[in-house]
Amino acid sequence: MQFGVFTVGDVTVDPTNGREPTERERIKAMVTIALKAEEVGLDVFATGEHHNPPFVPSSPTTMLGWIAARTERLQLSTATTLITTNDPVKIAEDYAMLQHLADGRVDLMMGRGNTGPVYPWFGQDIRNGIPLAIENYDLLRRLWREDVVDWKGKFRTPLQSFTSTPRPLDGVPPFVWHGSIRSPEIAEQAAYYGDGFFANHIFWPAEHTQRMVGLYRQRFEHYGHGSADQAIVGLGGQVFMRRNSQDAVREFRPYFDNAPVYGHGPSLEEFTAQTPLTVGSPQQVIDRTLSFRDYVGDYQRQLFLIDHAGLPLKTVLEQLDLLGEEVVPVLRKEFESLRPAHVPLAPTHASLLAAAGGGSDSTVHAVDDVTGRAPEQTR
Amino acid sequence: MTRSDAGGGGTTRRTLAVVSAGLSQPSSTRLLADQLAAATRDELVRHGEQVDLRLIELREHAHDIVNHVLTGFPSESLRQVLDDVTGADGLIAVSPIFNASYSGLFKSFFDLVDADALGGRAVLIGATGGTARHSLALEHALRPMFTYLRAVVAPTAVFAAPEDWAGGAVDGALRARIDRAGRELAELVRRSAPSSGPADPFALTTSFDQLLGGQDT
Repeated sequence: MQFGVFTVGDVTVDPTNGREPTERERIKAMVTIALKAEEVGLDVFATGEHHNPPFVPSSPTTMLGWIAARTERLQLSTATTLITTNDPVKIAEDYAMLQHLADGRVDLMMGRGNTGPVYPWFGQDIRNGIPLAIENYDLLRRLWREDVVDWKGKFRTPLQSFTSTPRPLDGVPPFVWHGSIRSPEIAEQAAYYGDGFFANHIFWPAEHTQRMVGLYRQRFEHYGHGSADQAIVGLGGQVFMRRNSQDAVREFRPYFDNAPVYGHGPSLEEFTAQTPLTVGSPQQVIDRTLSFRDYVGDYQRQLFLIDHAGLPLKTVLEQLDLLGEEVVPVLRKEFESLRPAHVPLAPTHASLLAAAGGGSDSTVHAVDDVTGRAPEQTR
Repeated sequence: MTRSDAGGGGTTRRTLAVVSAGLSQPSSTRLLADQLAAATRDELVRHGEQVDLRLIELREHAHDIVNHVLTGFPSESLRQVLDDVTGADGLIAVSPIFNASYSGLFKSFFDLVDADALGGRAVLIGATGGTARHSLALEHALRPMFTYLRAVVAPTAVFAAPEDWAGGAVDGALRARIDRAGRELAELVRRSAPSSGPADPFALTTSFDQLLGGQDT
């Protein structure tokens, strides 16, 4: 099982001292967190994508490329890539490029984005969120799988004889997850293609996650990708730890009370009871996280949100130490001992390559002016 | 929320959700809601139907309502209340009139109801206020909101002012309006098919091939 962290990249005032980081400080903190994640033995770093303040990560492949160059093992992912407002052609190109540079350590998580004003800035309309996610992703898949694409759809200008470059590393497209909090259509989309499904698992009660994952698993089996318990499931989660749980509660409360999204609403105690948020000792985080399996089954990826709401970098790095030293080693062992042999691990470039019977260079060379051969004939 | 059964000998069991946004104890809003509920129940029972009443005092859920507005999801107890309202055969909704319109608590609660969840549902609206000059708030605020939600609102809306409660007037003009409104709601409920309960938010309504084909959900 993979364990990691995901970040929204918010620039938020630290409510305990009124200090607000600059964008540069926040960006540097994000990549410091990524490097630390590898150092303490985590598997995955995923960044959000946003195009409005107070968020900084508008250019995920730039950031992930930098991290890729400074890490060896870390899996690089997104949470999420906006499949609605990004041009699928640019996603295909950017992430294929990143995959080459990262030597196969890249996967993506598709999401729609729920910020209404963002859509028109990119020429779209939030009311088309689901149709955009469906059409754009279907095109993205083709761009990675077909060397030459002729395509026409509702939302983007048509393509004729288009080749997205670079071609995917070893001819194997990156693995894709689909993230959604409450749209059954997205669980259905993930199941249809046999892709992964990632449940946000932060802002909503466990019962919602259980229903969405259950739907995805059932439809994954329906579409013939394997049995329901072989579907590829990822979960979010939000934790704050100190060795003494009372210290954790006391220290986290002002960040919780003022946090974007749920701040000034339910109490920390109510939110902890209603959602998977865990504030306490490392052992409490271990116990709570193991309980996720009770309602989603054996799953493949667990990402923790640890760096939002104005928490200072020093505190976040301490959280990573606790995750790496005390929490994840236990979770890794426990989950692995519980996982039946027929339940797969999260797909990686290596596993997808093996499943494809090995890789081959998939370079598409330009049309030969002398022979006039088309790109697909030059292979 | 309390629940009481009434009637007997009928063949159909009907559920009435009664929402009161009254704040004080005792509350004239709750009093009106109870009387509208009783009138409707009695009329349904007279026609041989069994009736489950689900009485909802929004005051008890005020914090959960605000939390839902802020977080986007209901607490477990509020979710049950929302399911009771959207899954009922008929709805009685009564608000005090504050500053010429429904109370903020009343509106905040119905803001949490999915825009499709009350479509075709029989609804009776009522209101209370400090002066009869507020009575048209029923027609300019409550009725349009339920019309937007595509509910079927009974023609008679009942407003109770202090003078209606005073001096036994409840046996007079207000009583007549309550009885007429109850008969209208009972008739709307009787004419509609029994509710299949609250909608499942996780149900797939479109095949993926339809989605891929660009058909709207």
